[in-house]
Amino acid sequence: MGAQELEDGGLVRPAPPGTAVDGVPVARVARPGSVSEASQVLAGAAADGLAVVFVGGASKLGLGNPPERVDLVVATERLDQVLEHAAGDLVVRVQGGTRLADLQAALAPAGQWLALDPPEPGATVGGVVAANASGPRRLRYGTVRDLIIGITVVLADGTVAKAGGKVVKNVAGYDLAKLFCGSLGTLGMVAEATFRLHPLPAAAAVVTLEVDTPEQLGAAVAPLLRSALEPSAVELAWPDRQLPGRLTVVFEGIQPGVEAQAAACAELLGRVGTAVVAGPGETDAALDGLGVLPFEKADVGVKVACPPAELPAVLADLRDGPLAWAGPVSGHAGTGVLWMASDAREGELEADGGQIVPALARGIAEARERLAACGGSLVVVKAPPELKRGVDAWGPAGDALGLMRRVKERFDPDRRLGPGRFVGGI
Amino acid sequence: MDRQALIRRLAEIVGPQGVISERNQLRTYECDGLANFRVIPSVVVLPETADQARDTVRACAEAGVPFVARGSGTGLSGGALPVSDGVLIVLARMRRVLEVDLDNQRAVVEPGVLNLQVTKEVAGDGFYYAPDPSSQQICSIGGNVAENSGGAHCLKYGFTTNHVTGLEVVLPDGELVHLGGGKAPDPPGYDLLGAFVGSEGTLGITTKITLRLLRKPEAVRTLMAAFDGTDQAGDAVSSIIGAGIVPAAIEMMDALAMEAAEAAVHVHYPEEAGAVLIVELDGPEAECEHQFDEVERLCREAGSTTIQIAESDDQRALFWKGRKSAFAAVGRISPDYYVQDGVIPRTALPEVLRRITELADERGLRVANVFHAGDGNLHPLVLYDGEVEGQEERAEELAAEILLTCLEHGGSITGEHGVGFDKKQYMPRQFSAADLDAMQLVRCAFDPEGRSNPGKVFPTPRLCGERPGPRRVHPAEQAGLAEVF
Repeated sequence: MGAQELEDGGLVRPAPPGTAVDGVPVARVARPGSVSEASQVLAGAAADGLAVVFVGGASKLGLGNPPERVDLVVATERLDQVLEHAAGDLVVRVQGGTRLADLQAALAPAGQWLALDPPEPGATVGGVVAANASGPRRLRYGTVRDLIIGITVVLADGTVAKAGGKVVKNVAGYDLAKLFCGSLGTLGMVAEATFRLHPLPAAAAVVTLEVDTPEQLGAAVAPLLRSALEPSAVELAWPDRQLPGRLTVVFEGIQPGVEAQAAACAELLGRVGTAVVAGPGETDAALDGLGVLPFEKADVGVKVACPPAELPAVLADLRDGPLAWAGPVSGHAGTGVLWMASDAREGELEADGGQIVPALARGIAEARERLAACGGSLVVVKAPPELKRGVDAWGPAGDALGLMRRVKERFDPDRRLGPGRFVGGI
Repeated sequence: MDRQALIRRLAEIVGPQGVISERNQLRTYECDGLANFRVIPSVVVLPETADQARDTVRACAEAGVPFVARGSGTGLSGGALPVSDGVLIVLARMRRVLEVDLDNQRAVVEPGVLNLQVTKEVAGDGFYYAPDPSSQQICSIGGNVAENSGGAHCLKYGFTTNHVTGLEVVLPDGELVHLGGGKAPDPPGYDLLGAFVGSEGTLGITTKITLRLLRKPEAVRTLMAAFDGTDQAGDAVSSIIGAGIVPAAIEMMDALAMEAAEAAVHVHYPEEAGAVLIVELDGPEAECEHQFDEVERLCREAGSTTIQIAESDDQRALFWKGRKSAFAAVGRISPDYYVQDGVIPRTALPEVLRRITELADERGLRVANVFHAGDGNLHPLVLYDGEVEGQEERAEELAAEILLTCLEHGGSITGEHGVGFDKKQYMPRQFSAADLDAMQLVRCAFDPEGRSNPGKVFPTPRLCGERPGPRRVHPAEQAGLAEVF
């Protein structure tokens, strides 16, 4: 059965005019309502050699390089069921198109949550897996790879395969769930995923510190990470480089625990500057503002990853050097992730007639060279088409790129799933 | 290349002292921790550096012979069982701790470094390496990576896969690649490190491993609570988890396991107890103290008859010694025993334990239960006497029935010991043909010729290049060029 038959059967429809993925026009859209329908759709796409992009909440469609072509978008929005919440086992099995926020709402009455807090509103579970999205609390809970315990995928030829299971401890077979984390839909579709859950913390406390320089940031964070304190998040927000930045340290757990930790933290950070424990009314506001990406209004946004102890030096080096165009910055200071946004407002780049693009691309290339020295990376996560044409979104993928290509060839031999979006043109 | 030529080539790489080819000496390596299966390898090689390991694998590739990697040989599923026409690559001489970077909380080690050695290396600075398999005094980090080893404390801290951030790997064709970000998070590309950890030696050999180090928790509190039976102990576990507490570990032992451990290490378990729980909490002092009181209360509410609290590190060590030595201690109460490893959803515990008792009674055998109660990882020890005719067969049968019971309850055939050689025939019970074929796609990308630890994990894998469908004889196989392992 090819795409035409699927269209006749109502599983595939022509895309509404203007539908595009990262600027690449889309001809058809499918919205499977079950794993078996998704399997039929992908088998049909395989029969006709269609290039496919999977879309969840469309919150990270700009990630990666623009696909070379998109014949069919498979939207997971109807695969939105929480299939099984075993509260006593702290495990949930959920369909890939379920919005993370909806899942959290379903888990909350049992006092549990999936310990992921990516910044993108509207993100789906499958999208979080495919894009390896994470947030401030990764410091404590890790990323999606650390929480996923089972997966059901639909492969390029329509085969439905699963790996892992619904028990937290399980070493039977290869861990395909981790392989799919961050694979950006280039190996198959995430139809279902099973996660280990955590208890919702009963209380939180927040300590903040203003930092004038990256050096001061380092002087604050290094002893904090060496101490016995166990923060959930250590976040940097530096919206305007002419003004001081703010370090926010979050403790979550039970009331006596977080109070004691916040007090000890304030004392520790107090050696560097004026550390403040947030009052009861301020704590919630501080938590709400946590992890917001700095480039929602900017043209260009990059994610810089480096060893956490190098983060202050990397920030100083990039901001004074190759990424001098960067304005607002935020980051996970405890894990080694920085988000840096261009100072130009959205649309300004276009108005500039693309004059600035070669300079940006040069800066990114130089930043990558400098980051290579500490094993870090720079990924362009937001960019207008003019820039995307001139720069690889991912940068070098190391000496395992050949192996990655061989994995891709095995899973998608016809190279139809998001062709060109991933590292090295995969 | 014939065997003698290969031996000469290997001796060029590692020196003559690094090659073992005498049959009597080879016998030392005929099995790992699972002694039921024995195969004498063609040659044993003991590389001392990553370059030597790479060249050894390359020589195997050139000669077209299979190879099996071995660390300390403590595995319990026959994962390091040699193949008779292949090379056994023993990594025990690669024992250097290459780097300790406390600022980034990482250590870089060679695969032969022992698990406990990592913690010893950094303990003075207040750090430790979290995964703690019971064999941690002798098992190697390379073996831990291959098996994705767990341990008692993985309930809170996760498994090896959560604590390895970078790998240097020799692929089966001899290519050296680096997987994972090492010290930096989120490297671009596929998470091949995630696929490699726990692949039981079937995707290549690690030569360098970057590990995550954790700060020692501010406080550790441990109690041992005795109950009339496993049902009451199971209730206590449920209420602790239900209260939103994530202990560092919750371990359970039943009466028979206690009897064995008592005979070996004299923990002074309460007499008459039908089950005992060891519950350990760790973390910031204030939180730990508060929750520890709650755990104690919940244990009493669930009917605990006696609660002992570890008042010192020595006493805590004694609680754990009883638990960690339980496998070996069973040797004191039974001439032979079979260690099983299965997983169930924790909430199915009482039902599954009752079923295990029924199954054992039907066969006139005894089962001692020692397990990680917090995550539903069972280690039933099936006791038997090999001298009594038919008992060994009945014990094997019982061990198999226990696994199938785990699967009926939505569990897994292995929580930490691995599939290896021992359990590959059960893989089709847990996974469909399509699932196993999808895993095979990964195998074929890493090892298209199927030379890395052949005959493990998968029952009858397709040869790479075969299309899914009814099994056909591959042309290479027909021509005698390849063997289906």
